[in-house]
Amino acid sequence: MAMLELENVNLHLDGTPILNDLSMELWSGYIHAVVGPNGAGKSTLASAIMGLQGYREFDGRMTFEGEALKPLPVDERARRGITLGWQEPARFEGLSVREYIRAGARDESEEAVDAALEQVAMSPSRYRDRAVDNTLSGGERKKLELACILAMKPRLVLLDEPDSGIDVESLGRMKDAVRLLRDAGATVVLITHSSEVLHWAEHAFLMCCGHIVGKGPVAEVSGYFENKCMPCDHRNRPEADEEFSIERA
Amino acid sequence: MSGLDEIISAANIHAAARDPDTAHLMIGLNEVLSSRSVPGLEVQTEQAEEGVNLKFVVTAGTVIEKPVHLCFGLLQEQGIQRINIRMEVRDSAAIDVMAHCVFPYGKDIQHLMDAEIVLGAGARYNYFERHIHSDHGGVLVVPKAKVHVGEDARFRTDFELVEGRVGQIDIDYDTTVEAGGVMEMTAKVSGRADDRISIRETGQLVGEKARGVLTTRVAVREQARAEVYNKLTASAAFARGHVDCREIVQHGAFASAVPIVEVNHPQAHVTHEAALGSVDRKQLETLMARGLDEDEASDKIIAGLLS
Repeated sequence: MAMLELENVNLHLDGTPILNDLSMELWSGYIHAVVGPNGAGKSTLASAIMGLQGYREFDGRMTFEGEALKPLPVDERARRGITLGWQEPARFEGLSVREYIRAGARDESEEAVDAALEQVAMSPSRYRDRAVDNTLSGGERKKLELACILAMKPRLVLLDEPDSGIDVESLGRMKDAVRLLRDAGATVVLITHSSEVLHWAEHAFLMCCGHIVGKGPVAEVSGYFENKCMPCDHRNRPEADEEFSIERA
Repeated sequence: MSGLDEIISAANIHAAARDPDTAHLMIGLNEVLSSRSVPGLEVQTEQAEEGVNLKFVVTAGTVIEKPVHLCFGLLQEQGIQRINIRMEVRDSAAIDVMAHCVFPYGKDIQHLMDAEIVLGAGARYNYFERHIHSDHGGVLVVPKAKVHVGEDARFRTDFELVEGRVGQIDIDYDTTVEAGGVMEMTAKVSGRADDRISIRETGQLVGEKARGVLTTRVAVREQARAEVYNKLTASAAFARGHVDCREIVQHGAFASAVPIVEVNHPQAHVTHEAALGSVDRKQLETLMARGLDEDEASDKIIAGLLS
């Protein structure tokens, strides 16, 4: 049985269809990527799986290990092991890095907090007492969010644009942290339009126009994405492309 | 346990109360329960019918090394405590004061404080006031202060009432800042049930290069009400100021904010920002996505805002 199954999911935002008859199966233990151009519906897909406000009303079926997700609020989904790393993480005035990591951590000890920071190349002595506010850059908050997720030890991690705001030197550490998550037993979904991040994954879904239009090994999907999707003048109309050769979902 | 011990315990200042090098003054209702001074700090106390009159002078050039602890306790369920304070921090002197207002059993209590604070040239005065209230809500707190910040002096005050029920609070601080002076006034208050919060802070930056920040953080829930009025006026060259008000409103609570900024000089500059509303959805869902339920997540966000 797939860990996560979506079948014919349709979701509208303000009357506009964003997810269109979307179906996908996610097998556990892998780093998956959902790749597609801007506006394809990738972040909406992540929000719907996490159950964020405004994204819980949809048609179709969405199950996590056989259990329907639709009735479950965000925190219930998190308790079942699902979590999300935002494209732009929130700021928290007055909340320290230490408290932020402890909020969802399995182990709230100082050692566990420090270990999580070190796994994303953040010096514990420099960061643990700082506030998660606008004194941290976007890239620092991005790394910190990944540290929180590592400390949480989740089972399914959705990472929306994990490279957003990250400097070149830190990208390798982010990739390593994603692999640490996988090695610790988590299934990871990278939401991205970056060819580089796509190659962190072991399996990929190609998304266009709110629909999973293809899936397969990263090499195949990336070839199509880089050569056909990125320069495409008719974005979001892959069905019109006669050279669409990867496995259709 | 004696009244003094109970106040010290509630304020959690056992070590400071024992330290011979730390000045303190403990007031229970209208009685001085304990006092200790240090060189350079002159303290006069005068008992009144419903409180005390206090005068503090930090002599010119004196830097009080350790924070001075003031405790104002009312351990009865009912009563009125009027505190009149004159604080003079003379030229180039410096003092930090930690004030603890302890009303753990109050059902019908009034704590009325009237302060006059004068900072000489180059002086520094940091005043931190923390309130410990009962859960009954029967406390009326009315702190009023007129503050004069001399040239190149620095005045900072932090008012915090986040433990127990507010009851009713009516803060009224008015500060004038001379050339090169700095004032920072921060109020953090959390209200619930039928608590009433009124905060009125004004700052006048009258001297060249005077600077000031008014910061307010309020969280109200259930039927609590909060009204915040912040006014900052800059009327000299290169005076700089900022007003920053954030209020979180939950359930049937009510909050209002009136930030007023005035500039009377073309080379002065004052800014303001105010944000009122429910707990930020993205913050809430971020913590919920880590497994906290909605109430736990709200509490953590509010605790951070008021920390």
